[in-house]
Amino acid sequence: MKDWTTGAATMLFQHCRACDAVWYFARDFCPHCGGPAPEQRTGSGRGRVYAVTTVTRAPSPALRALAPYRIALVDMEEGFRAMTHAAEDVAIDDLVQTRFVPFGDLVIPWCKRWERGA
Amino acid sequence: MLVALRHAKWCLTLPGNRLPYCILRAADPAGEGRELSWITGVGLTPFGRLEGRTTLDLMSDAASAALADAGLRRDEVDGLITGYSTTLPHLMLSTVFAEHFGLTPHYAHGVQLGGATGFATVMLAHELVAAGRLRHVLVVAGENRMTGQSRDAAIQTLAQVGHPRYEVPLGPTIPAYYGLVASRYMHETGTTAEDLAELAVLMRSHAALHPGAQFREPISVADVLGSKPIAAPLRILDCCPVSDGGAAVVVSRDRTGEAGVRIIGCGQAHTHQHVSAAASLASFGTATAAARAGLGTRVALADLRYAAIYDSFTITLAILLEELSLAPRGGAGALARDGHFGRDGAMPLNTHGGLLSYGQCGVGGAMAHLVETQLQMTGRAGPRQVRDASLALLHGDGGVLSSHVTLLLEQAR
Ligand SMILES: [Zn+2]
Repeated sequence: MKDWTTGAATMLFQHCRACDAVWYFARDFCPHCGGPAPEQRTGSGRGRVYAVTTVTRAPSPALRALAPYRIALVDMEEGFRAMTHAAEDVAIDDLVQTRFVPFGDLVIPWCKRWERGA
Repeated sequence: MLVALRHAKWCLTLPGNRLPYCILRAADPAGEGRELSWITGVGLTPFGRLEGRTTLDLMSDAASAALADAGLRRDEVDGLITGYSTTLPHLMLSTVFAEHFGLTPHYAHGVQLGGATGFATVMLAHELVAAGRLRHVLVVAGENRMTGQSRDAAIQTLAQVGHPRYEVPLGPTIPAYYGLVASRYMHETGTTAEDLAELAVLMRSHAALHPGAQFREPISVADVLGSKPIAAPLRILDCCPVSDGGAAVVVSRDRTGEAGVRIIGCGQAHTHQHVSAAASLASFGTATAAARAGLGTRVALADLRYAAIYDSFTITLAILLEELSLAPRGGAGALARDGHFGRDGAMPLNTHGGLLSYGQCGVGGAMAHLVETQLQMTGRAGPRQVRDASLALLHGDGGVLSSHVTLLLEQAR
């Protein structure tokens, strides 16, 4: 299955049938119990912002043309945390929805607020 | 004393509480020596722009100074531990250096643990010496990180510590990872940008008295808050610079001269690698590493007199101070403002100026903290000398506050 890291406009996460753990970085085993063959699931893209920064000094000349851009860590409703780009007004604790947008040669997750955090 | 306590604790776990064996072990006169190692020599170059000096030059400069300080010849060094260099990436940096410098050690090892490498190399030297394997271990680091590559190359190399598939494509930088940490930590603790700025101001004021420091011009809180934004909430004066420099120490089984500084505890904790995988950005492995080193058991927090804490960013320093209980949660900036961490304060901190102002050349950055601590503990810090540095806590982190190393140092009479 493809996800945004391999060119598809979607975010995948993994689930362990043995211990019910969920996580984001793909592996062919469960990092919690060691169980084999985790299940691939497709994320809803809905979550709550855990942390957010604005990158003003980009790491390469190619990305400098795209700066400034915002990067967030989002706690997805399925129970995993993912790094995404974020709209300008996104703040910690906001509830957000992820879309997939072009960034340089890639398509990356980008989140936008649908409800202001408590 | 340490031996007796350790074995007394151990014998409680033995079935039948076999006391005679414990007494036999505690009476072993070699036991005490195996608990400890001595920092017999230190060497430090100036940090900053050192045009024309290579990684091997800077390592050699620092190593020569440390051996001279310890009063040791090259052939007396039986162990060599190095870190890594981004400008001299090599599979075997330790033996590349050994050949260049003229060493034929019994043991050689290159350690790679990001910012935690400096203290991790010293911990490894301590463990090898304390185990009786080696007599004199040279621990050396150096890198022309500033002039040996373009600024873009340095920033790109460092940004690659992010997850190559799930993070790096989004264009983060090291300051961005720490910007994320800062946003969450400030949100949970009430720490403000002004609080963080106080730590940058403090490090600069300390560096003013060190001729080797990269930045010595005084700065104010307003200067920090008005400096160029890098990765919100971090501004350029919240970030350590990229420097050329070298640092070295000799860790020995026995004293070689007057210097009476011994390592009495070391601990590590590794909780994750990537910022996305951190369980929390408001609580880290810091205190776990410190507890493993003996803080809170063999060494009481209240007995500490000097602190050498990794300060890659102002937020790093604030978090580590608070995680170590050297400041209340959210209170590091206020304590700095009140002079608590100054030369004449209750807990002098990074009196050479830290990474933020002495400079950051990679692995040698943390080792400069250790060199300064040893100078303070041997009364050789000149105009920076504090009144009492008899018991010191050193703590470094690597990755995104993911790898932690604590060292505890004691002054011997
Ligand atoms: Zn599992």
